[in-house]
Amino acid sequence: MANRRIDEPTGTETVGHEWDGIEELNTPLPRWWLLTFYACIVFAIGYVVAYPAIPLLHGATPGLLGWSSRGDLAQELAHERHHREGVYAALARVPIERLPEDDARMRMAVAGGRAAFKVNCVQCHGAGAAGSEGFPNLNDDDWLWGGDLKTIEYTITHGVRVPGAAGTRMSQMPAFGRDGLLTDTQIGQLASHVLSLSGKEADDPAGAKLFADNCAVCHGPAGRGNRQLGAPNLTDAVWLYGRSRDEIVRQITEGRNGEMPAWAGRLDPVTIKMLAAYVHSLGGGEDFVEPAPASTTAPAAGAAANAAP
Amino acid sequence: MSMTERHKKLERNITLLAVAALVTVAIGGIVEIVPLFWIDNTVEKVEGMRPYSPLEQAGRDIYIREGCYACHSQMIRPFRDEVERYGHYSLSAESMYDHPFQWGSKRTGPDLARVGGRYSDQWHVQHLKNPQSVVPQSVMPQYGFLADTDLDTNYIDEKLVALQRVGVPYTSKDIADALIDLKAQADPNADASDLLKRYPKAQHRDFDGNPNRLTEMDALVAYLQMLGTLVDVNAPAAQEQLASEHEPKGERK
Repeated sequence: MANRRIDEPTGTETVGHEWDGIEELNTPLPRWWLLTFYACIVFAIGYVVAYPAIPLLHGATPGLLGWSSRGDLAQELAHERHHREGVYAALARVPIERLPEDDARMRMAVAGGRAAFKVNCVQCHGAGAAGSEGFPNLNDDDWLWGGDLKTIEYTITHGVRVPGAAGTRMSQMPAFGRDGLLTDTQIGQLASHVLSLSGKEADDPAGAKLFADNCAVCHGPAGRGNRQLGAPNLTDAVWLYGRSRDEIVRQITEGRNGEMPAWAGRLDPVTIKMLAAYVHSLGGGEDFVEPAPASTTAPAAGAAANAAP
Repeated sequence: MSMTERHKKLERNITLLAVAALVTVAIGGIVEIVPLFWIDNTVEKVEGMRPYSPLEQAGRDIYIREGCYACHSQMIRPFRDEVERYGHYSLSAESMYDHPFQWGSKRTGPDLARVGGRYSDQWHVQHLKNPQSVVPQSVMPQYGFLADTDLDTNYIDEKLVALQRVGVPYTSKDIADALIDLKAQADPNADASDLLKRYPKAQHRDFDGNPNRLTEMDALVAYLQMLGTLVDVNAPAAQEQLASEHEPKGERK
């Protein structure tokens, strides 16, 4: 190169160009920078060798470590499973109704259920399991299908009114108004009788007659409900679709029927068991009674109504 | 000519510099992108994927119209926290018929890649009308108007044609019957056997709780209820296929 020279004030070589008397110093890169740069290159070569990198005909080179994000996940999940194995095996062995016999085991089940509840159940039943309109509150002792451990486990496993699923909890509240089974006046009278059951309104004799003809098969002659059919108790203060007269009229008219997914295909049996234990522990859990699941009132009419919804 | 002299030439010729810069950047792009077109594991071979049924596609269009993707992703990444909350990680095969895909990049709400079948139709309807009635802490807007708006079915066959042109394998029968299929899927009294033959696992019922009207709510709920349900990721065949993919190939020797 032409005109390269040492610049006297700085002692650094110039690059040799000169534009209208302006010259450029050829200051070398700082040593630390260069070393870092070379280290990066060495690291990159190592990385390409160790990890999947260069695309070939069918896939990328797998790398010496054989790493993949999916493999990584599988390993982490296996590790986690291994940790839980003892608890899971212990819980899998015990039939659910005998869980409470061992305090420590029950506590483990409830703790596991609490975690699973937050992932799978809170969207409908609420973060505190207090439910909302159409989705039952699980904290109280008012159960639609029964509140002992075994019954809760069954409900979670098979769901409620899952279309086309075998063994699912099934019943149907008719849409008395929409399907023209009752007139608006009759529905008003019926609502009065329903409200009278919990002492909120004076009874309406016409409503009582209508109730006996249309509702008593499922809800029972006194309106105390029937757990085999998931028919709610109408004499208490707990209402799934609202307690006001308007809400009751609406429910008789439209006959809304809640659904719950069958969790058998989504969760393993132990998780379902833990969920049942957690729900049972929320406050309203009932004791398991041999041999049939707790069905306090099961009139013969209930079975007949089940056959002909 | 020394290296510096050649470099000088590059520095002083603006066209040459632009071309050289383009070539340099392009190499990076080509190395990263082009192999995806031929390597095997870009799109897994899994069973069960099919194009969207016309009703699901109409729901998908509403999903996009309302900007659901701004808050909801449809991509479960292979991390433990995501897999335990949302289910099996998403496979690229599961969005092979998505134009455009809805992977998203931000989660204000939860991921929806496997939301299908998780909740009842009734829950979806109530939640879309008033999200706070079921999830009090939710910040999701209310979409009650969907239940009052009749679904616009005017261009459904043209939509399928457009998708067919970008590679979705709709048959000519799918396109000719698009409107019939769409109406049949949301009508519990219609005969849907033909629909189910061409769109396996399609769910056939009234979705919005009002069988007398075909609303945008029907379409959107039908779409949400099928998300992530087509590929049985836990089936033995699928598991085997996935396992063989993350097996280190270098150990073949």
